Amino acid sequence: MRHAAGALFQRVPPVGGIGPKRVSSQHDSMEKHRCRVVLLTATVLLSSCRQGVLDPRGPVGTAERLMLYDATAIMLAVGVPVILLTLAFAWWFRAGNPYARYRPDWEYSGRIEMIIWSIPALVILFLGGIAWVGSHQLDPPRALKSNSPPLEVQVVSLDWQWLFIYPGQHVASLNHLVIPTSVPVRFSLTSTSVMNSFFIPQLGSQIYTMAGMTTQLNLQADHQGTYRGISAQFSGEGFADMRFDVDAVSGTGFQAWLSGVRASSQVLDAATFTQLASPSRAKGTATYADVSGDLFEAIAAGHPPAASTPLARH
Amino acid sequence: MFGRLTWAAIPFDQPIVIVTSGVVGAMLAAILLLVTVKGWWPYLWREWLTSVDHKRIGVMYMVLGLVMLVRGFSDAIMMRSQQALAVAGAAGYLPPEHYDQIFSAHGTIMIFFVAMPFVLGLMNFAVPLQLGVRDVAFPVLNSVSFWLTASGVLLVNLSLFVGEFARTGWLAYPPLSELAYSPGVGVDYYLWSLQISGLGTLLSGINLTTTILKLRAPGMGYSRMPIFCWTALASNLLIVAAFPVLTATFAMLLLDRYCDFHFFTTELGGNPMMYVNLIWIWGHPEVYILILPAFGVFSEVVATFSGKPLFGYRSMVVATMAICVLSFLVWLHHFFTMGAGADVNGFFGIATMIIAVPTGVKIFNWLFTLYGGKIRFSVPIYWTLGFMVTFVIGGMTGVMMAIPPADFVLHNSLFLIAHFHNTAIGGVVFGAMAGYTYWFPKAFGFKLNERLGKAVFWCWFIGFYLAFMPLYALGLMGATRRMQHYSNPEWQPFMLVALAGAVFILLGILLTVVQLVVSIRTRNQNRDLTGDPWNGRTLEWSIPSPPPAWNFALLPQVERTDAFWMAKQRPAALHESGAPKTYTSLHLPRSNPTGVLLAFCGTVLGFALIWRIWWLAALGLFGAILVALVQAWRTDQEILVPAAEVEAFERTSASRRSFA
Repeated sequence: MRHAAGALFQRVPPVGGIGPKRVSSQHDSMEKHRCRVVLLTATVLLSSCRQGVLDPRGPVGTAERLMLYDATAIMLAVGVPVILLTLAFAWWFRAGNPYARYRPDWEYSGRIEMIIWSIPALVILFLGGIAWVGSHQLDPPRALKSNSPPLEVQVVSLDWQWLFIYPGQHVASLNHLVIPTSVPVRFSLTSTSVMNSFFIPQLGSQIYTMAGMTTQLNLQADHQGTYRGISAQFSGEGFADMRFDVDAVSGTGFQAWLSGVRASSQVLDAATFTQLASPSRAKGTATYADVSGDLFEAIAAGHPPAASTPLARH
Repeated sequence: MFGRLTWAAIPFDQPIVIVTSGVVGAMLAAILLLVTVKGWWPYLWREWLTSVDHKRIGVMYMVLGLVMLVRGFSDAIMMRSQQALAVAGAAGYLPPEHYDQIFSAHGTIMIFFVAMPFVLGLMNFAVPLQLGVRDVAFPVLNSVSFWLTASGVLLVNLSLFVGEFARTGWLAYPPLSELAYSPGVGVDYYLWSLQISGLGTLLSGINLTTTILKLRAPGMGYSRMPIFCWTALASNLLIVAAFPVLTATFAMLLLDRYCDFHFFTTELGGNPMMYVNLIWIWGHPEVYILILPAFGVFSEVVATFSGKPLFGYRSMVVATMAICVLSFLVWLHHFFTMGAGADVNGFFGIATMIIAVPTGVKIFNWLFTLYGGKIRFSVPIYWTLGFMVTFVIGGMTGVMMAIPPADFVLHNSLFLIAHFHNTAIGGVVFGAMAGYTYWFPKAFGFKLNERLGKAVFWCWFIGFYLAFMPLYALGLMGATRRMQHYSNPEWQPFMLVALAGAVFILLGILLTVVQLVVSIRTRNQNRDLTGDPWNGRTLEWSIPSPPPAWNFALLPQVERTDAFWMAKQRPAALHESGAPKTYTSLHLPRSNPTGVLLAFCGTVLGFALIWRIWWLAALGLFGAILVALVQAWRTDQEILVPAAEVEAFERTSASRRSFA
């Protein structure tokens, strides 16, 4: 332990003088130009952050962003010094440096060993705690705290569409999700065929949709706006177009939308469903009135309505 | 007669594929013609194709990996250019059915046919030399392993020209990979090529594990083994434990596809999620199968070029073995988003993070090996330092995604893509390149060109950052993986930067080839006559470069780690001092065509099964059994090298060394 990390560098190498600053009008204009470039880059970066997971619009996404920030900060506290030390050691102990002391036989130090096991262990102890607590607090099936009762939405991934069923309202919507703000939304999800992942980046957590199974997810939008929804699990040829818009609207706006849907003449019967479930690229949006209350259960149980058997109307 | 194989299987309507086929075909024909005209076949057949020498097999693995790197990279640059173009309504130049094959092939090829051959090649070449022994435990089996891998390679490449490849992603999750959703031969190509090469990998794992456990130079206890051998041991133990899982999983999917079974279908009691679990029970250890030997290379390089022993040898061993065990306890972190529940996710999240502890310790150990060193900035140390900087970033993003709620927003995003390329390129590729440069003079007797080597490093290093830092950002913006096109025009600048990064990497690959050609042409200026070009520490540097077929004329006596370094401080310590060197005749395994022939039959069998040409499959299977039986009854498996010949070689190389 003679050579502890304490005495890192024995001597400071000679440092060259810093030249006078060159100032001229040309330099000024270049500076201005550079400023503009920096500003432009910053704008691109900032605007790009919009619509991503770093621009959350609900409690789940916000909590998850906080976790990303926490974890990054904790790890950078160790990672950055390690990177800097790597470069510093490599540079200082280069073969040509006469000031660096060569220790050809130094291979062990109990104290350093203890420290290098402790540092990552402590970081992981801390992050592990975050992971455990976070995993429970943000477990997708866990109901969100709210004064308003949750809105139930059933999600079915098809090849390659998204079908949203509102069982309480007996309506359904294709490739377009409308939800009221500040109301928790409880999603139940399944798939008619292959696996997909239901994901609205600005609202938070994604979850798989799997045939013959039902998953649960709770999300909430706090701000009105239109958010992108995607499938985040590759599902075949039409995968890239498996997008949907999420409109978070006010409570009255939501009621208005509902009455509009109820007034529409399209009905989700067995024939329509069969046609929806047959593989095809995104078909655009549509809404359906008067949807059977047990359609989702039938799909999730692996018995989606076939064209020959008429759906029991509610 | 020909099963499902018809003329329709040749994609005449796809110009990209047809032109590629033409060019590759022409190149192959040219190579074969050259070899025939020059009359190189007997030499190639005797000295390389049928060789059971672990060094030759190691070299062939590296060549295979390099060739497939070009193939896998062409897929990569096609993906990057497609994504740079296909924005906001633009379709790009690759339709989905083609694009989907490309990303599936890219992942499959890079993991199974680039990274695995690189890692297996380095282990095959260096482990017996470092252990101070004359070959691996089962030399013929070693050749069989290599050729089975080559057979898988052949099938994967065949899929480009005859039929199609899987459009399912590189792990072929069902139900998408089931017959109902993937009726073509693409998934069958995927499954059979990986079944055949996977068998080779398993046999190779058994071989190297046995070698390390049972064949070491006298005196080399486990605590004196070079650290690369420790990492190779861990890696091969993982192969032995994990690859049977892969084989069994694929076998079940094959039964689903061929025999109407329902292991992973969505109906009749099948459960596709069981496949996802099983494939990752292989898949996560696979990550460490690849990275641990790379860690071993960096450990050797950092100690050698710092001119001091590895700091904390025991810590390093403990960390390696800890990773080896822990890697089996974390597979579920690949699908936190399946909804397994908070306790399960929490457990696997924490288990994943715990792996970061031994990995972090390793980084610190390399750091303190640099400390107090006299570092010579040669190419291998460039790769090592580049790795240390890059891998810390990859490790941090990995731990980030180990937090289940963070993974809920990052899963399957381009952030994930950036993360695993960060560790795969920054770790495995950098490690393979470091090892390639480090052991090249041992294999061929001359060093690779230094300046070009540094240029290759900078191309890869800059290329990696340009290509993957934008992907981290895109992932945070909500961009998911495997998109043939996307609507958000704000992503395009990032995609363009990523494409520029890919171009840098392309330059790096081209310069690797240039470096090889230049180094061969100027080999007389870079000869390594001493056998120890880097002032090495382990036993492989104590013998001539290139080593004789028998590696060590006299088995070295090992008294501590860094045996050769110690011997250089105290000459004659490797062999009993004073005693006159008495050479004995050596039995060496004879060249053996079993591997080539088995692989030939395996390829025929695989091809026939893919196209469901049953008579041909029966023929291939029969041929394989026949070859195995003939091998089992062969009696003349060894050649005898007389003592005089051994002695003569040792004397010449000793005199060469004293001139150097």
